[in-house]
Amino acid sequence: MGAEGHRHEHRGGEEPEVKHDAHDPCTEELGSRVYSLDLAAIRERLAKSTGKEYWRSLEELSGNPHFEELLHREFPRQASEWDESVDRRDFLKLMAASLALAGLSGCGRKPEETIVPYVNQPAGMTPGKPQYYATAMPLGADAIGLLVESHEGRPTKIEGNPDHPGSLGATNAFAQASILGLYDPDRSQVLTYLGEIRAWSSFLESAVATAPMLKATGGAGLRILTGSVTSPTLAAQLRALLAQYPQAKWHQWETAGSDGAREGGKLAFGRYVNTVYRPAKANVIVSLDSDFLGSGPGHVRYAKEFFRRRKLSGEHAEMSRLYVLEPTPSVTGAVADHSIPMKASDVGLFARALAAKLGLGGSASVPAEREKLLEAAAADLQKHRGASFVIAGEYQPAEVHALAHAINQALLNAAAGGTVYYTEPVEMQPVNHLESLRELCADMDAGRVDTLLILGGNPVYDAPHDLDFVSKLKKARLSFHLSQYFDETSEYCQWHIPEAHYLESWSDVRAFDGTASVVQPLIAPLYQGKTAHDVIGAFSDKPGLSSYERVRNTWVGGHTEKDWRKWLHDGVIGGTAFAPMAITSKWNPASLLPAKPAPADQLEFIFRPDPSVYDGRFANNGWLQELPKPVSKLTWDNAALVSPKTAEKLGLTHRAAWTGGEHGQILSDVVDVDLAGSKVTAAAWTLPGQADGVVTLPLGYGRSKSGQTGTNKGFNAYVVRASTGIWCATGGTLRKTGLEYPLACTQYHHNMEGRELVRSASLDEYKHNPNFAHKGAEEPPKELTLYKEFAYPGYAWGMAIDLASCNGCNACVVACVSENNIAIVGKDQVMRGREMHWIRIDRYYEGSLDSPETFFQPVPCQQCENAPCEQVCPVGATLHSAEGLNDMVYNRCVGTRYCSNNCPYKVRRFNFLRFQDWETPALKLMRNPEVTVRSRGVMEKCTYCVQRINNARIEVEKENRPIRDGEIVTACEAACPAEAIVFGNANDPKSRVAKLKAQQRNYTILAELNARPRTTYLAAVRNPNPELEKPGTPPGDKR
Amino acid sequence: MAQIFHRSTNFISRFTLFSGLFLVGLALLVLGAIARSPYLTNQNIAREQPVQFSHKHHVGDDGIDCRYCHTSVETSAYAGIPPTKTCMNCHSVLFSNAEYLEPVRESFRTGKSIQWVKVHRMPDYVYFNHSIHINKGVGCSSCHGQVNQMPLVWQASPLLMNWCLDCHRNPEAVLRPREQVFNMDWKAPADQAEIGRALATEYKLRTTAELVSCSTCHR
Repeated sequence: MGAEGHRHEHRGGEEPEVKHDAHDPCTEELGSRVYSLDLAAIRERLAKSTGKEYWRSLEELSGNPHFEELLHREFPRQASEWDESVDRRDFLKLMAASLALAGLSGCGRKPEETIVPYVNQPAGMTPGKPQYYATAMPLGADAIGLLVESHEGRPTKIEGNPDHPGSLGATNAFAQASILGLYDPDRSQVLTYLGEIRAWSSFLESAVATAPMLKATGGAGLRILTGSVTSPTLAAQLRALLAQYPQAKWHQWETAGSDGAREGGKLAFGRYVNTVYRPAKANVIVSLDSDFLGSGPGHVRYAKEFFRRRKLSGEHAEMSRLYVLEPTPSVTGAVADHSIPMKASDVGLFARALAAKLGLGGSASVPAEREKLLEAAAADLQKHRGASFVIAGEYQPAEVHALAHAINQALLNAAAGGTVYYTEPVEMQPVNHLESLRELCADMDAGRVDTLLILGGNPVYDAPHDLDFVSKLKKARLSFHLSQYFDETSEYCQWHIPEAHYLESWSDVRAFDGTASVVQPLIAPLYQGKTAHDVIGAFSDKPGLSSYERVRNTWVGGHTEKDWRKWLHDGVIGGTAFAPMAITSKWNPASLLPAKPAPADQLEFIFRPDPSVYDGRFANNGWLQELPKPVSKLTWDNAALVSPKTAEKLGLTHRAAWTGGEHGQILSDVVDVDLAGSKVTAAAWTLPGQADGVVTLPLGYGRSKSGQTGTNKGFNAYVVRASTGIWCATGGTLRKTGLEYPLACTQYHHNMEGRELVRSASLDEYKHNPNFAHKGAEEPPKELTLYKEFAYPGYAWGMAIDLASCNGCNACVVACVSENNIAIVGKDQVMRGREMHWIRIDRYYEGSLDSPETFFQPVPCQQCENAPCEQVCPVGATLHSAEGLNDMVYNRCVGTRYCSNNCPYKVRRFNFLRFQDWETPALKLMRNPEVTVRSRGVMEKCTYCVQRINNARIEVEKENRPIRDGEIVTACEAACPAEAIVFGNANDPKSRVAKLKAQQRNYTILAELNARPRTTYLAAVRNPNPELEKPGTPPGDKR
Repeated sequence: MAQIFHRSTNFISRFTLFSGLFLVGLALLVLGAIARSPYLTNQNIAREQPVQFSHKHHVGDDGIDCRYCHTSVETSAYAGIPPTKTCMNCHSVLFSNAEYLEPVRESFRTGKSIQWVKVHRMPDYVYFNHSIHINKGVGCSSCHGQVNQMPLVWQASPLLMNWCLDCHRNPEAVLRPREQVFNMDWKAPADQAEIGRALATEYKLRTTAELVSCSTCHR
């Protein structure tokens, strides 16, 4: 986003690459104190360890004394250093003056303020009461239904729509952060022609002026480029235009879309299909590199279903089993019962072998070490015929999808009422996007394109580099680009039209199962944005219609006004979900040509949309940029991810700059990636759980023209992405340059020194001993305290977080940022450990370096009953509430930071600087008026969304009844697709939270301190196949 | 050796010391008094408004109910300042040519809001909710004073935190039967202490500890 991030970026500046031998005293100091990883020693240590050991970072494992010293400091040394160019003398002058004047700051009369009422108050709105409207957020070939909170006409918060099949009430990080995207002051605000500002009317004139020529030629020179279109109205408009101009062509390019899934369906069924999965019904799931719980169509719904299926309670102890084969760790792999790192190309071989094993024909073998896995997975699938499914990853080639379809058919999973069904495609016009773009490029190159309309998207940035889109685009006579930012593509188009955000537009969209929703605006366009409907309309024979009329006309035929209003109210157009199709695959896996296994010595490069900025479209969103990526926990940058073994082989390492003061500053080796005839320089990052020999290049970074937040962050992986290897390429090289680059990684902050914070067991162990989480834990008696006991006769708010469900997807973190007006601080400040997120998700590994088990643990304020923070505040700024919250009173806080020092959970956040943007007008509209906007020098932390508690209480007290369970939902709880976070009244034994806390899995972190937190955790339980030994587990040490 | 200082020096030094301390104490008291004085709290200062709207006339003389204009006082945190339309409900007919109502007509014509001067200003970190106070039997006049006697409205209470807490610690002193909440002329009866206690039970008032928790008002 704009100002919030970039202001601090200026402070930090662009991080230069640090060269070791430089004579700058500063870098020399850093250089002398960095400490390198010794992976061999770590391996040795892990091999020796008996019993479970959880670890968070490679450095922690190595047990280096310097690293440990670093951890003893809560905030690193340099954090308290004065780093602006003010010398000591000036500093003393300033201090003296501020001391002398300090007492006066509270004096003076309050400035006069005015109240501005409506002239005509809109019907149905009450000032001070938020309203909720249903809409939907389109993303790629999917959409998620939302309820958007609006305060006096300003949308402020996104919630999921419980009635929408793609949401069921939950959201993801992208949807949560889209509020910031709406208000982003860097969005393009004017329509331009050759860089000059023009009115919409002059664009209309220019569009209408093309009509005679188009009519004469039948539209021969007209080309339209869109992303995936799932809007029935837009598709109808495009088809009408193509009918009017039969020679015109519509091309599609969705850079992170899945040609593999489309073509795989076609290969298996002879036609394009859409596949819908039902994880709720599946006992066994095999994911062939599919991140279906974290990305792709329907992932929020799938996560809901998947984790509901796996909830454990006292009497219910059944779980499904998930096998994930993946080249690079995803949130799906992180929660899998068996997560197997495997080259992307080997996944295809494994799929063939699995099909062969299940008797579908064909022959393929897997390496000996995977034979056992293959046997076990095949047997498990066989055993659960009709109640299992195989799902292929979006970025796997067509044959893997076809194999998955064939296996599902053979196992009767796709039978009626099964775990998989097929429908008409959700995309209105499914095509092979790569071929479509290639055709467009060829036409442009041959001079056949006269007028080019690019509706959304950014092909100059994200088209495969070998198509050389830019030089071909220049050959089009007239080009129009509709986009939210004046980006790389806008620069090469004559006309740039600012695009309306989805929260500003009328449109419609289909979700993963075909369910259609009306996209309704929450606010009039802030920056004169227009929709694709408007732009296509301008070229059609009906230019005058508004988007609203167009969308309405699509749907109201044969329906009443009441229906239309109901659709708008519900956020779903009833009965539009596609019916399952009865089709069968006639494709025989044996017809596949024999595949060659990838040469073991060659590096495999894979491309993936970044978990934070996706394909680059969210690059200017500061909330997403600062969001630690689910697995790597990097912020503000992407990095070439390699496995520990590959890093060793290539001599790559990263070093914590330990007494340089930065917890989060990791100096990482810079590498040159030479691939497909192109080169890019990237920072390398060693990631446990990555497949050996695979280099992951996350897309979406290295934007040269985004906004102030997104420009020049990370490296641009599109530079080496050719049409021959869109998702997976070999034949490239990776060379160490000898330079280093600082990366901001939050997994080095708030380290808890290896205490048993995460606890886990297998399902068998759990059944055998449901109390496993308390084995050996020190839990002092309640009475053992010096402090006065509080009584909680009324409500006692508490939270239970189920670690068996959390997949680290980050939706809660962004929801919290949005709800509580949390500032972003910029990369430089993150490297000093100063990020402000009130809820953080810690990532833990257990087991071997190469294929560890991964656990996530969300940590908000624990709201202790014996709160260590409260005892040390000298000014009474943090006090105990009668319901057990640790209240934080910002206007009393003088910033001693004692509370934070004394907090064993490290959940308090200090405003070292004025992180919040108080000036930009657009951002003022965005803030939640129910929460104070904090300034510099103030401590803050999670409040359990006390504004929601208070508002709910006020409402029920007016109705003279107690608060019902589930009536208060915290922002994190509401966003969570896995329903891992549950909040409620712990005093009420019938509440969901009390029931969870009564489970034996429930434990307190750092219970030995007797702080008695209200936030407790339910230990993770996984369901590994007993046939398969845990990799790396020494025989005889079965735990 | 002769004494360098005269005996009286003892007195002078003591006097200086004690009067110095006294002066510091006095200064602190004065500062405290100023901070609580209407000079800084704006208490009892009638504010000029763009339209000389008289609550005395509308409420006192005409007997219009508070809720005719402040429509959301029972349901929302904000009592609500009436839209221009509410003024025009009557003033399109009554005093429709009066010059002092021109800003109202202008607002209605042009669609531009009247900018009223805020009389009761809360700091940004305080979250006051009208509706819950009204529903729990705290009358308008308990905080706003007898608005029916104010030609131009002034702030009748200091709006300092200790003033809020006085009531949150002892709400029984001001609780009224619900039908008396909008009565501007309500006076506490002689047996208010008893009535207040009964009402507190009837309204299920929260405990003092709950009512004075920081997060009750600050978030």
